[in-house]
Amino acid sequence: MSRRLIIQTAGPGMSVQDMGRPGYLAYGLSRGGAADRQAMAEGAALLHQDQGLAALEMAGMGGSFEVSHDTRIALTGAPMRASIDGAAVAWNASHMLAAGSRLGIGGATRGVYGYLHLGGGIDTTDRLGARSAHLAAGIGGLVAAGTDLPLGEDGDEDGAGGATGLTLPEDTRFDGGELRVVPGFQTGFFAEDEIIRFEATLFTRAARGNRMGVRLDPDGAGFASDAGLSVLSEIIVPGDIQITGDGTPFVLLAECQTTGGYPRIGSVLPCDLPRVAQAAPGARLRFRLVTPEEGTAIERAAAALRKGLRRAVRPLLRDPHDIRDLLSYQLIGGVTAGHDEGS
Amino acid sequence: MTDDSRRAQTDAFPRIGRVGLDGMLVSFGDTLSEPANRAALAFRAALDHASPAGVEESATSLVSTFLRFDALRIDFDALRAEIGVLLNSRDWYAADLPGGRTLWRIPTVYGTDLAPQLAEAAEAAGLSAQAAADRIAATRVRVQTIGFAPGQPYLGELPKEWDIPRQTDLTDRVPIGALTVAIRQLVLFSVSTPTGWRHIGQTAFRPFRPESDAPFVLRPGDEVLFEAVDRETHERLRGAGPDGGAVSEAIR
Repeated sequence: MSRRLIIQTAGPGMSVQDMGRPGYLAYGLSRGGAADRQAMAEGAALLHQDQGLAALEMAGMGGSFEVSHDTRIALTGAPMRASIDGAAVAWNASHMLAAGSRLGIGGATRGVYGYLHLGGGIDTTDRLGARSAHLAAGIGGLVAAGTDLPLGEDGDEDGAGGATGLTLPEDTRFDGGELRVVPGFQTGFFAEDEIIRFEATLFTRAARGNRMGVRLDPDGAGFASDAGLSVLSEIIVPGDIQITGDGTPFVLLAECQTTGGYPRIGSVLPCDLPRVAQAAPGARLRFRLVTPEEGTAIERAAAALRKGLRRAVRPLLRDPHDIRDLLSYQLIGGVTAGHDEGS
Repeated sequence: MTDDSRRAQTDAFPRIGRVGLDGMLVSFGDTLSEPANRAALAFRAALDHASPAGVEESATSLVSTFLRFDALRIDFDALRAEIGVLLNSRDWYAADLPGGRTLWRIPTVYGTDLAPQLAEAAEAAGLSAQAAADRIAATRVRVQTIGFAPGQPYLGELPKEWDIPRQTDLTDRVPIGALTVAIRQLVLFSVSTPTGWRHIGQTAFRPFRPESDAPFVLRPGDEVLFEAVDRETHERLRGAGPDGGAVSEAIR
């Protein structure tokens, strides 16, 4: 029997994601894929497997899961409370999930998108070169409770497959912060003093946001362009910062539309997009303009770091405090089970 | 084309700009015109044929050719120089449309409760509802671009009387296959969505078929005739598959 992930309960924003399907812009389909691509790279490093393998993206809230066969898992992205059979397990780490054990993943304590990676990846049907759901386009859909997903063969890519109990240092991208921006063909629609004010302004991630993009409310007035409302619709890419009619920026993410008529003040660098996606409502963000040359250098450095993630993986050290917790969980669990049997 | 837009094109366009870190935009105008749209389509075909190193994807908008490149491998300025040579190799506003295009005839119900804004749109265009439907049905329009939603065409250019604004209030939702009008363009909806475009016709044609191996049906540069049919015919065609009775032929 093929290996499967069984979804017992599911939060409202759970979908299968990979690195998306580039190449369909001419047909009006944006790339899509994981909202936080850095998390995909981290999951791949923890499991020593290809980052193109599909994982489960969980917006804000996880769910509860079982596997049909013993399966390696990794948890990345927005930290969420996770446990296996009631015992807390570390986030940003890999674990062995035994067949029949129950993996529980709660709400995000920081950030927005958490990821459950599985050894061999989720092996749903490839559509247009990817397995990721594109919710805006109606390709695939949300993962619902009571369904299960096929898993791929957990290969031993470089002799290190099979290892679990590994961790990566936690990143700072879940708490807002600075977003580096390169200018684009419409930056000139904005007067120099508006751009200076844009860089000096603190923004709050608004409640409105999804895989298509997030709205950022400025402290103070919105931003005016000289373009008026007559801008012809042009190609849009993830990262573009649209200034909407009321002067509020809207940063586009993986599942954005492919053309748009609002003027764009610039584009967030690809390596800073996970920080946008992971900013929870209320998170504070600011923008800093860099030249395209600086942007390329920053992006190159980020790519090198991503490539080095496998070397940054460390064994998960058990804190004695955690072990005490673990024992108490099991003790309580045992008592409860006995009580249930007797009642 | 007005004298002003002609002057703008010769003075400032074509123009090469940047979209994000890894996108390049070759713009042939800042207003929609037939020559600028044709130039964008022709230039994209030439670009795809030349396939410069490091270019990973190309697309067109209404008046621009877009290309995405590997920014960590290819220097923008070097690529711009290479693209500039192709750009300067001829007058793209005088170029022919690329080959391999298709003419589609898509059966369309004009008006009725299926497309409730025909009368309102006709009035804005200074026409009777019947005259408006007749004129649109007789106009062979070009897929100027595909965008906003997957597979969704923007078509034009309609005669001058159709230079009507979008509504200020959005229609709650138009169905898939809705034919809508504003600013001398038609949009054939590939998704069901709120819109400011006025709903004047309904087709049984699905421009985007996510469940299919060939999910995108129309291509930029294709041409379409929205031929009028009555409601009974429409209902019958609706059951006949995602083409909704549409037929296609190669444009010679």
